[in-house]
Amino acid sequence: MSSVAAPTRVRRIQPRRRRVSLDLRELWAYRELLFFLIWRDVKVKYKQTALGAAWAILVPLLATIVFTLLFHRGLHLKSEYHVPYPLFVFTAMLPWTYFTACLSASSTSIVGNQNLITKVFFPRLIIPLGSVVAPVIDFLCAFTVLIGMFLWYGRAPHWHAVVIPVFLGMALLAAFGVGLWLSALNVRYRDVPYVLPFLIQIWFFVTPILWGITAVKPHTQWLLALNPMTGVIDGFRWAVLGRGLPHYRVYLESLGIGLAITLSGLWYFKRVERYFADLI
Amino acid sequence: MQAIRTEGLGKRYRIGELHSSIDTLRDHLMHGLRTLRTGRTKHETIWALRDVSFEVAEGEVLGIIGRNGAGKTTLLRLLSRITEPTAGYADIRGRVGSLLEVGTGFHAELTGRENIFLNGAILGMRRSEIVRKFDEIVEFAGVEKFLDTPVKRYSSGMTVRLAFSVAAHLEPEILLVDEVLAVGDAEFQKRCLGKMESFGRSGRTVLFVSHSMPTIARLCPRLILLDGGRLVEDGPAEQVIGHYLHGDHGTSARREWRDRTTAPGDDWARLRSARVVDATGATSDVVDVSEPVGIEIGFDLLRRETVFPWIDLVDERGSLVFSAMDTNPVWTEPRDPGHYVITAWIPEHLLNESTLHVTVSVKSPLLGRKPWRHAEVESALTFQVVEREGPTARGAFAGRIGGPVRPLLRWTSEAAGAETDAPLVARRRSD
Repeated sequence: MSSVAAPTRVRRIQPRRRRVSLDLRELWAYRELLFFLIWRDVKVKYKQTALGAAWAILVPLLATIVFTLLFHRGLHLKSEYHVPYPLFVFTAMLPWTYFTACLSASSTSIVGNQNLITKVFFPRLIIPLGSVVAPVIDFLCAFTVLIGMFLWYGRAPHWHAVVIPVFLGMALLAAFGVGLWLSALNVRYRDVPYVLPFLIQIWFFVTPILWGITAVKPHTQWLLALNPMTGVIDGFRWAVLGRGLPHYRVYLESLGIGLAITLSGLWYFKRVERYFADLI
Repeated sequence: MQAIRTEGLGKRYRIGELHSSIDTLRDHLMHGLRTLRTGRTKHETIWALRDVSFEVAEGEVLGIIGRNGAGKTTLLRLLSRITEPTAGYADIRGRVGSLLEVGTGFHAELTGRENIFLNGAILGMRRSEIVRKFDEIVEFAGVEKFLDTPVKRYSSGMTVRLAFSVAAHLEPEILLVDEVLAVGDAEFQKRCLGKMESFGRSGRTVLFVSHSMPTIARLCPRLILLDGGRLVEDGPAEQVIGHYLHGDHGTSARREWRDRTTAPGDDWARLRSARVVDATGATSDVVDVSEPVGIEIGFDLLRRETVFPWIDLVDERGSLVFSAMDTNPVWTEPRDPGHYVITAWIPEHLLNESTLHVTVSVKSPLLGRKPWRHAEVESALTFQVVEREGPTARGAFAGRIGGPVRPLLRWTSEAAGAETDAPLVARRRSD
């Protein structure tokens, strides 16, 4: 890539000082490896499972059916704006399934790739980054079901749908942030895989999936929005279903929290990554 | 121009960290509590690499040798940025490719073709580069027919060939290789060796770790020797290999103290020289189990006094093998001042295979107030006892024989008719 005459850059390897630098240039230089690792994860996943990509569709779909029977029919939870309850829940299940898939994948990502970490150098950030990109493919598969449901209920997509990628981006940001913490913590404390299912379960109930954000009084909504997934799911619903007014405050607050988690996650990850090869 | 320059490079591990330390949150909390109570935290640390400084010119092929745990792999891991140094620094000029293992990142579920791309990317190749070299890689590995078969159906030999082939087509400016030639069958190993040689000739900088002395001598004109994390020698291959094989790390089979005023000792006696000699009287740092070995001590006696030379042999673990003094009657009387050269002969078939350190001293009988230990140098000499061939107390046994000594005993038997009067070895000879 460099011309023959260009002097080669000298890189100094030395103990890191307190300063944490992200080194985006290096991350960019390794973009092909990021691509190959994602490609590997996706390929292997679908090669090993009998139903392959069908799982990406089945999981949110079956969950939606169960939740509808249990919480709508049984416990009389209501959707917002007179949207059919299954559609209401499924719109939330899409980003939520994506989010939890990311957390599961990234929490074990560093430890799971120890053969790479101890034998070759590459920016370690690639690993948790790959863990939140690969599930996007499952998300897209499941999204086709949403289109099917729209047809079933005889609805037309609203023009709000153009902002769907924005909320997917927010979900990715939140998942990346939490994933950074989990993946790095798991190197040192192997308790993470035990804590994670519990964490996800609790998180599920404090996120407006089975219920809508309007079930809470407007002046207490800021509390819900401390959960970065609140903004993602409420916004996703607004974009997909095209009902009601956008809750800009909620979106911004959740985005802010997601950003804070990601920045702190980056800080922690970069601080401990130099020990990964020694600890694993 | 230098491709690599290291200055005081060091890596410290906390004990336990080096091996698996899957500490849980509970361990951490318990540790925190203990720290609170005792008010301090104490970790045992070990320097896997310490104060290593060397330079490698562009296009040079440098070999790294040393025993297990000497820090060779740690050095490569630092230079390839897998882990960070604790002290010092290294300047690297150029793209580094490291080959610490064959087949890093290979996935059994993926096909040969897919693994070439994945592994290539992991080793730092660009996609375009892999595409360009794809046919060459496949041909070198000889797996054309199985390209679209999952690697899990490959034989282990095929997997290794494919993996090495990908790695061999890596073209970084600096290549770090760790002991990867010890794979595959003899024929493939020869091809790998040829490939490694062409690496060196192509003007690329190569750092090569190996336990195989013939291989490393063939590939690398210059070697560095690591011992206990320190760089103990840097020089031409033959010289470094010679010292490494003879276990000569810093100490030697010959010591001399030329300046009589600073030579170890006191007003009565001063040590001037010490040597390990073989049966012919030549200095030797390697002796065979079946040969006698002499410890020669030269000292000046400065006053008329009753003195005698003394030696202690200590093994690698620091335990005393034996102590001995010269019991010749001449040493029971005061002797005239002058220079004395004495040799203690350790008989053949006494010492076991090991590295031995010799402490030499000149002492007096423990009488009155005068000092009884005039001169003493701990571990003044080091030599290695090896077993080459021929009849020894090993007999027909091929394994490791423990213990500091290995005497060739005379065994007798009372069973009637058995001719066991002769030593075991002689009997084996006659078989």
